[in-house]
Amino acid sequence: MSYDTLILLWVAALGFVILVYGLLDGFDLGVGMLFGLAEDEEDRDALTATIAPSWDGNETWLLLIGTILFGAFSQIYAVLLSAFYIPILLMLFGLIFRGVAFEFRGHAGPGARALWNVGFWVGSGVVSFVQGAAVGTMIAGIPVVDRHFAGNSFIWLKPFPVLCGVGLMFGYAVLGACFLVARGPDELLARAVTWGRRAAIAMGVIVLVNAILALQLRPEAWQNLLARPWAFEVAAVWVVLVVGLVVSLTRASRGGAPFLLAALSFVCAFLVLAAAFWPYMIPGAVTIAEAASPESSLRFLFWGGGLFALPIIILYTIVVYRVFKVGSVAAYESES
Amino acid sequence: MERFDVTLLSRIQFAFVISFHIIFPSFTIGLAAWLATIEAVHYATGNSVYRRVFDFWLRVFSIAFGMGVVTGIVMAFQFGTNWSSLADKAGAIQGPLLGYETFTAFLLEATFLGVVLFARDRVPPWFYLLSCILVSVGTLFSSFWILANNSWMQVPVGHTMVDGRFVPDDWMKITLGEVQLTRWPHMVLACFLTTGMSVIATASWWLLRGRHVAEAMVSLHWALGLVAVLIPIQLFVGHLTGVIVHDHQPEKFAAIEARFHTQKPASEVLLSWPDAPTGKNLFAIEVPKLGSFIANGNWDARERGLDAFPPNDRPPVLIPFFGFRLMVAMGLVLLAVSWTGVVLMWRHVLEHARWFQWIALISFPAGFVAVLSGWFTAEVGRQPWVVYGVLRTSDAVTPSLGTWDVAFSLAAYVLVYLVIYSFGLYYIFRLLRDGPRDFATPRNGSPNRPMSLAAAAGE
Repeated sequence: MSYDTLILLWVAALGFVILVYGLLDGFDLGVGMLFGLAEDEEDRDALTATIAPSWDGNETWLLLIGTILFGAFSQIYAVLLSAFYIPILLMLFGLIFRGVAFEFRGHAGPGARALWNVGFWVGSGVVSFVQGAAVGTMIAGIPVVDRHFAGNSFIWLKPFPVLCGVGLMFGYAVLGACFLVARGPDELLARAVTWGRRAAIAMGVIVLVNAILALQLRPEAWQNLLARPWAFEVAAVWVVLVVGLVVSLTRASRGGAPFLLAALSFVCAFLVLAAAFWPYMIPGAVTIAEAASPESSLRFLFWGGGLFALPIIILYTIVVYRVFKVGSVAAYESES
Repeated sequence: MERFDVTLLSRIQFAFVISFHIIFPSFTIGLAAWLATIEAVHYATGNSVYRRVFDFWLRVFSIAFGMGVVTGIVMAFQFGTNWSSLADKAGAIQGPLLGYETFTAFLLEATFLGVVLFARDRVPPWFYLLSCILVSVGTLFSSFWILANNSWMQVPVGHTMVDGRFVPDDWMKITLGEVQLTRWPHMVLACFLTTGMSVIATASWWLLRGRHVAEAMVSLHWALGLVAVLIPIQLFVGHLTGVIVHDHQPEKFAAIEARFHTQKPASEVLLSWPDAPTGKNLFAIEVPKLGSFIANGNWDARERGLDAFPPNDRPPVLIPFFGFRLMVAMGLVLLAVSWTGVVLMWRHVLEHARWFQWIALISFPAGFVAVLSGWFTAEVGRQPWVVYGVLRTSDAVTPSLGTWDVAFSLAAYVLVYLVIYSFGLYYIFRLLRDGPRDFATPRNGSPNRPMSLAAAAGE
């Protein structure tokens, strides 16, 4: 296998892992944020029960992203993590507090319980926002000099990245609501549909606004898209999917269709983003070929990681979700 | 001045998060092996006491593993956030090594850990035993990659430099070199001993309070035997590790020995207050010629002191000097406790030897202290290098970081760890205190949430 093929393989693996992470942790971060809208303790318990078996496993995909970046594209790992020093810190604390709140709210007294409840949805919101803001910052441009990040610690705190952060919060909320429509508790179905519809409209509007802003910030993205006309078809499919999603969320009926539509819209958005910036990994600064680790590293990582570990992890995830119906409240309750 | 602050603060932050992380993996690596041992005995004898001992330590394992995962996520980001120059220059080697560690941990969670934690009733006994053994093997693999990465930073091999960056050209040397094959067993044995001592102390605690006598005696029987056998091996492997430091990192060796001046023959400073600025050992207890013998097996060999190296290549002295002595002292504590315990066991007086049980209980942290002080010796002794002899720590830190960034993040980590640690340690303490009983296994458990096993025990 040639070096170029190896690089492509690892880019594909990275893209796949990022997408899976976004979809899986996206829905449980979304449920985490919707948790803040729940009215009583009974609803909150039902919401946490929905994601109890899956949230931690979903988060581990984030580690896989870090692992592949460090292992196969260590320059990107170095630049992104130093550029997002404070957001990464916030994200880690968000994840930790979310996890701790999850484990401890059941054991706490009423006072502490209220605190853990807030910790749970705030933590979920912070993690979602930070991820969206990171994508926005990358689109807006990360200054790289001599292979290193050359900006300040608050580069992510500008209007465009912030809008991207809010957009991803709504996006994850859509996934969360659609997951509730598919596998959530019956008593929350009607509200999940409403939450999902509103979040989907907000997400759609923000994504469109962001797309226009992004093209103004990055004129070369438009040239790239013109050179890859299929991207416009994907964008059109995205519009259809989002409209279909909003329509499918007008009736309070259980089913997996909304989640499928939402997930596909994420895939489309991801593909358009890739088409706009390929072959750059950090838009305007570092290309895939520049960022790739040497051949000996990619090859070494491939034999154990690419050929063995990744397929087993994917297989395991499929088995957990399909056979054991993780996340299905019915399965959860009948087991306990 | 600013760079110095950022480097120092980043080092303190790394030392903080990794110290609070390593405690849990060292405990779980030992516990996984301990559980496999107990389950094997249970499988062979069918004695239900072993089952109760097993179920008890499995709960402790689940919390320690969960804490290890949480604190490990933080570690996964440190190399990029604070040491991005290192990550960029050495990422081609460190990235894949640490990547393999993540993959190993994932495979473990995805496969046999779930069986061990939640599925005993659903698989045949032989398969359950096999799963226990494979979980233990998995934790050993995990530690292998971590140690491979660190051994390479101590004695970098198997690479060429291209444009100022490390490019691997011999993975065999990097992963299976002499340095790695000495330091990895040293760490694994340290983990086994740490857990062994914890088991001995916990069982002694039960005996002191007259509880769980059958389980305590079984635990003591096995743990004392294991520690008593492993500790002499560890002292020997530790010696080999010392030889590696002597041959490959002479500055570190001189710092550990507080040998400021080159000597022939060299004396051994057993204890002193090393005063680096004046290059003197205050209040020193020294043995003439012993230093040459320890380093070379020859009573008259010349030994290089710190003055043989340029001042800006010398490591600090205090931490390596005392860290090493603390580690050795803890090793001797383990030796004394385990061999005394074995003699008492031999004479069938262990159960009522309260004085021994007290000593064993107090010695609980000996293994943890040895692990931490050993790592401090190794890491501080490598300074001022992050990749020994090639890349300085001050050149490895993230160039864009400001002092306030790191000061803020360090303070935040301290605060957050304080919270997680209080809860985690409280849960473990409560489990250890209450001891074995009939535990229920939640049927909807997931290996991704190992702590849910122990949480079910608390209800």
